Amino acid sequence: MTLIYNEEQRLLQSTAKDFFLENAPVSALRHLRDTKDAKGYSDELWQQIAALGWASIIVPEKYGGLEFGFPGLAAVLEVSGHCLTASPLQATAVIGASALILGGNDHQKSQLLPKIAAGELTVALALEECFHHHPSHIALSAEREGVCFRLNGEKRFVLDGHSADQLIVVARSSAGTSDEHGLSLVLVDANAAGVNRERTFVADSRNVATIRFNNTAIQSSQLLGELDQGWLLLEPVLDRARIALAVEMLGSAFEVFERTIGYLKEREQFGVKIGSFQSLQHRVSILYTELELTRSVVMHALNAVEKNPIQLPQFASLAKASANEVATLVAEEAVQLHGGIGVTDELDIGLFLKRIRVASQLWGDTGYHYDRYATVCGINLSEGP
Amino acid sequence: MNDLDDFRQQTRYWLDENCPAEMRTPATQNDYFFGGKKASYRSDSQGHWFNLMLDRGWLAPSWPEAYGGGGLSQPQADVLNQEMESLGSRPPLVGMGLWMIGPVLLELGNDVQKNQHLPGIARGEIFWCQGFSEPGAGSDLASLACKADVDGDHLVINGSKIWSSMADQADWMFCLVRTHSGESKHHGITFVLVDLATKGITVEPIRLINGSAEFCETFFDDVRVPIANVVGEINEGWAVAKRMLFFERLAMGNIEKSFSSPKPNPSSLARHYLPFDNGKIANAELRTRITRNHMRSKAVELTMQRVQEAFVAGLPEASQVMSILKYVTTEEEKRKLALTLDIMGQQGLGWEGEQFEGIERQALRDWLLGYGLTIAGGTSEIQLNIIAKRTLALPQ
Repeated sequence: MTLIYNEEQRLLQSTAKDFFLENAPVSALRHLRDTKDAKGYSDELWQQIAALGWASIIVPEKYGGLEFGFPGLAAVLEVSGHCLTASPLQATAVIGASALILGGNDHQKSQLLPKIAAGELTVALALEECFHHHPSHIALSAEREGVCFRLNGEKRFVLDGHSADQLIVVARSSAGTSDEHGLSLVLVDANAAGVNRERTFVADSRNVATIRFNNTAIQSSQLLGELDQGWLLLEPVLDRARIALAVEMLGSAFEVFERTIGYLKEREQFGVKIGSFQSLQHRVSILYTELELTRSVVMHALNAVEKNPIQLPQFASLAKASANEVATLVAEEAVQLHGGIGVTDELDIGLFLKRIRVASQLWGDTGYHYDRYATVCGINLSEGP
Repeated sequence: MNDLDDFRQQTRYWLDENCPAEMRTPATQNDYFFGGKKASYRSDSQGHWFNLMLDRGWLAPSWPEAYGGGGLSQPQADVLNQEMESLGSRPPLVGMGLWMIGPVLLELGNDVQKNQHLPGIARGEIFWCQGFSEPGAGSDLASLACKADVDGDHLVINGSKIWSSMADQADWMFCLVRTHSGESKHHGITFVLVDLATKGITVEPIRLINGSAEFCETFFDDVRVPIANVVGEINEGWAVAKRMLFFERLAMGNIEKSFSSPKPNPSSLARHYLPFDNGKIANAELRTRITRNHMRSKAVELTMQRVQEAFVAGLPEASQVMSILKYVTTEEEKRKLALTLDIMGQQGLGWEGEQFEGIERQALRDWLLGYGLTIAGGTSEIQLNIIAKRTLALPQ
């Protein structure tokens, strides 16, 4: 079992740290927010990231990728969490690339993966339809019409939805609205006729969109994976997304924590550093224990992605539930421990608090993953396994 | 095949041939043999197993043969341990002699002390207990006040020691006493070995909330102990005690393995004790806690593994993360013991009698004893202080 980064991954992480601190620090997100940047991330930054090979860390070499494995990608994502970097890393490099690698046919892979690797193509997964993450609850229909399909329906909270070039749409091709069977994933050009995209401004100043599909025509060659069997592809893709997001959240949580510790060592009241107060020491020591417990489950999950697909649902839900809980706890404590300036916009802590709130909802909140974990571990079974 | 593989094969064969079937079943603390003058075997096969291992010197396998040990190299001793574990065989002898005072004497004792004490430990003839805490010195151990005055070639001890495990069964006690009171609390403490048969010593068991009386308070009234029994220098015992805490931590794994009786896990208990509704545990609060317990047990287990891996890789992460383990393992265990009772409901409330199953009565006693976990060996609050100061480097 591997629960620490190996030497190569540590080296990559250290390079990434220098890069993100230099090119995409927290102030960069603040700038994107304040200027209401049309894209929501810096295209120039994304080109630099692609040039470094980080858009294609998990992409096989034969499709122009680094083929450096999921833990390598995670090492970079963790740093992006420290810097609150807005980029297509999650939507394209994790989700888009995973969907194509796991579900794409040779043609789709050789067409699209090299473009992702080159930074020429961004992808968005159009999944959610409810107020909460509910990946099997899909009403958006894909109805057969001769040799093609027609998409009708609406997707919400599509990460990078307004800027992506290519959409992966989860559609209902048969069975009832909440059925895991009967789902199909289709690749749709974001600028195709009958696709209407509307950007949504949310708490973390990143990009999500509402997308309406109105009789959008789909050829069968646009199917990603098997017709009606989309769930079998969607679940492992979502588990990668959950783990990748958990890693990013862990990075953000550690950053908030380290900034808070720094503040306790510098802020004086009653003539002493406030970090000398035992009540505050105990609070941050508890945060530290929770952070380290979470790091273990997150490291465990990201190393299982390529090595232990059978247990991935369990490990992914454990990682995401833990990341949700610990990141929320740390962010809330950080605001309180900073006192008055903790609630000012000038301090970055609020940006972390807001990002963590959004990330906790993405790909399943804590309750969702408790329930899923209980199911896959057999806790929900009334008979012994 | 190298020598170690050879040794492994021979050891496996010998253990399988010789370890009695009864000694391969899971055990509770009462099933172990602590040795000592007052000891008796609980069963014939316990005595048989003990004597077989004694003949090979394998009660203390890595100690020098001159002191009654097995003279095995550390890798060989590790192999023996692994083979015993994979066979499920119980250690033939347990206790603080083997795990704590023995290693300290091997490293810091003088030749006379080694010759006097180590063979008795290695042969299970002497049962040792610890005398560190006092009624007035718990978390603040260094403020201990049990006094020892030098009188010729003797120390004269007056005071008391508390929380000594099984002191009423023990033959000797290793203790910390105050030989000098000055500015520094840590200076002036002396580490001394005391024969509990010495005149002036009274041992009183303390009855705990779970009904057991394993821990004792020991009273010293003008007890004369030869200065030759001091380990290290007079007034410099704190350093010896710190070294012992290091061995104690090393032994923690063994201690837990030997003393944690196999407990049913909450999710399998739930199937017996709780109603299900629609394929889920109907009580939503318990369902959440059972899931949470499952998750956190996994997180703790993975964290211990991560410490190991980081240690092997030589990363600073190892010692940083190690600082959280006592706190998280004991807090989590305490929560699990309460959860177990909550799952059993009214059936978990039985103190004694046949209306309740053995595991139910045991669960109640375990829950009560569990409150000591976050107090003994450094309270949770002390652990949080240590994390804040050593790992997070917060100001004093």
